[in-house]
Amino acid sequence: MRSRTMPKPNWNLDYLMWIFTRLSGLSLILLVVIGISAGLLMGARSQMDLGTLMQWGFFPNSNHVLDSEIPDLYLWANGFWQIIQILVVFLAATHGFNGLRVVVEDYTSPGFWQVSLRFLILLLWIFSFLVGIYVILGS
Amino acid sequence: MALSRKVGLFAAAKYKGGGPMLAWVLHRISGLGIIIFVALHVIASFLTQQFGSDLGIFVNIIYESIYFQLFIVFCAIFHGVNGFRIIILDIWPRLIRYQKESTWVVWFVILPLYGLTALIMIQRFLEG
Repeated sequence: MRSRTMPKPNWNLDYLMWIFTRLSGLSLILLVVIGISAGLLMGARSQMDLGTLMQWGFFPNSNHVLDSEIPDLYLWANGFWQIIQILVVFLAATHGFNGLRVVVEDYTSPGFWQVSLRFLILLLWIFSFLVGIYVILGS
Repeated sequence: MALSRKVGLFAAAKYKGGGPMLAWVLHRISGLGIIIFVALHVIASFLTQQFGSDLGIFVNIIYESIYFQLFIVFCAIFHGVNGFRIIILDIWPRLIRYQKESTWVVWFVILPLYGLTALIMIQRFLEG
């Protein structure tokens, strides 16, 4: 079998985002596993129902566990979880809005509308990131 | 790279892509579903918390319904498991030969994961 030379990577936006999508996807799965495991260790087994634990797994914000029978929130609302939340918001928003961009570019042709939609998605990305940080630091 | 892809829905349905194509379609639909859910959730919580707005509560009622929740949980689980399959196939390109089998594995993982979750959710919903 003849060896082939690797094509030289072209570091454009699409290639970078292709890599980012894989890495952020893996990280998000890992963060959900961390959130659910830590939640179980912190008392979810006896003080929480499955739905509440899954809300916590999606996004480890203390507002998500208010409906449970946890006596004290000090384990669930602290700087560690705020950092995790900021990570989740950054990875999920970038992964999600980049995915939306890919879908939009699949169904539009280059031109005014594609540029406008891309710009709109960029604005939505920035907006959701800011709102996310605001909620995380305020809760 | 605008390809001309004016394919009608009927012609598209006859395309014999099989499992991998179904996974691709569902991956897109579930991704869009998650974006819509998260956007609604963030906007509704923001409106409710900041202004005590009725619109926020109205949106809350929509996404807290059992049907929306069942849909969203499916979207999240499918998108996660299928995304994991895509990453594995991308890291080891030789495995692409087993692409069809890999989508079966996805369904084998999802069936118990989603089935049990949905069962518990429906049980709790019926209990009230």
